[in-house]
Amino acid sequence: MQPDPHEVALCVNGAPYRRTVEARMLLSDFLRHELRLAGTHVGCEHGVCGACTILLDGAPVRSCLMFAVQANGCELSTIEGLASASGDLDPLQQAMHEHHGLQCGYCTPGILMTMTAFLRENPAPSEDEVREALSGNLCRCTGYQNIVDAVLKAAANMRAAP
Amino acid sequence: MNFRLARPAVLIDINGLAELAAIDFEGGTRLGALTRYATLERNSGFLKACPLFADALPHIAHPQIRNRGTIGGNLSHADPASELPAVALAMQARMRLTSRRGERELAASDFFVGILTTDIGPEEMLAEITFPPLPRASGTCFMEVARRRGDFALAGVAVIISLDEEGYCTSIRVALCGVGDTPVDATAATTSLIGQRCTDQAIEAVAADVREAIDPPGNVHASADYQRHVAGVLTRRAIATACLRAADAA
Repeated sequence: MQPDPHEVALCVNGAPYRRTVEARMLLSDFLRHELRLAGTHVGCEHGVCGACTILLDGAPVRSCLMFAVQANGCELSTIEGLASASGDLDPLQQAMHEHHGLQCGYCTPGILMTMTAFLRENPAPSEDEVREALSGNLCRCTGYQNIVDAVLKAAANMRAAP
Repeated sequence: MNFRLARPAVLIDINGLAELAAIDFEGGTRLGALTRYATLERNSGFLKACPLFADALPHIAHPQIRNRGTIGGNLSHADPASELPAVALAMQARMRLTSRRGERELAASDFFVGILTTDIGPEEMLAEITFPPLPRASGTCFMEVARRRGDFALAGVAVIISLDEEGYCTSIRVALCGVGDTPVDATAATTSLIGQRCTDQAIEAVAADVREAIDPPGNVHASADYQRHVAGVLTRRAIATACLRAADAA
C-alpha cells in the first residue's frame, strides 16, 4: 500500500498540535501514539466499550470510530484536561475518588468524558438518567453502583458550587 | 471497516458537505443523508412529523454513537437488525441517489436488497431521504427487544395505523427489523384489521398473522422460534399502543 500522509492540525485541551499522519490512522491511536496523550484508553476498537470516549467540539464521541484526519480543525477534550494544571481534581474526578467509582480504572477516562458532557447538558439528573447516560460505557469491575453514586454526588456538588 | 467486512480502496469523507445535513419540511420530511441521530433527537418539529423516530432513536446504540452516526450512513449500511431501515420501510420513505450521471429516486422497498446490501451503485451515493406525511388521525409505535440497552434488536417492529372518527381502522403498515435479510414489510399480513375496531381480539389475530408471515433466521442470541415469538408479542403491543395514539390524534 502506498503511503498517504495528511497534515492534521487540531486543539487538544486548549493546546494546538500539528502532525503529519497516515489517512488510515484512528483518532484514538493518534492521541496515544502521536500526541503521547495515553490517558484515552483503547478497549474494543469497534465502538462498543466506550473506553476511548473523548469530547469532539464538546460532544462525546468514540475516538476509535474516527480517523485522525477527520478531526482536522476540531477542538478535542481528553481525560488529561480535566484536572487543573496544579493537579486539583475536577468535581467529577473528586467524587469518583471519594465513592470508589473505579477499581482497575481502565474504563474510567471514557466514563469521565461521557459524564462531563452529560452533566453539562443535564446538571440535575435522576439516577435513571445517569444510568441511561452510562449505558454506552462498559465497566467490568464496579457493577456501576459506585459510579452512579459518584456522578449524582458530583452533580450535587457542582450545583452547590458558587 | 474495523471488522474488515469492507475494505474500500478509496474512502471519501463527506462530513464537510454541510448542505447534506439539512432538514426540510417541503413535500414531506426531507433529511439530508448527513443528518446525525443526535440532531434528529433534539428537533421537535421533526419528531412531531415523524413520531416513529421518537420511539426508535433511543434504541440506537448510545449517546457517543448518536453524536456521530447519520441517517444516510445507517440506511446505506442496511443492517437488517437496525431500527431505521424498518422505520423507513414502514413510512414508505423515498431515497434520492446521486452520481455524476444524475439522480434517481428509489422507494424504500426497492432500496434494501440483502444483508448489508442496498441498490446503491458503485458510483452513487445516498443524498436525501424523504418521509411522506403520515395519514390524518394516525398513530405510530416502534418497539424492540435487545439483549442489552443499545444492542441490535433480536426483533423490532414499526407500526403506523389510522382510524376513522368511529374508531375503525382505515390503514395499517407494519415493518420489522432483525427477522430477515432486510427489513421486512409485513403489511400484507395485517389486512384483517382494515375496517375493524382495534379490539384486543382483532389485534391478537393480526399479530398471529404477522408471526406466521415472517421467517426469522435465528442467531447466536435467539433461535428462530424465539425471534418469531418476540416479533408477535411486540407486534401486538405496538399495534395496541399505536391505536391509542391514533385515537388521541383523532
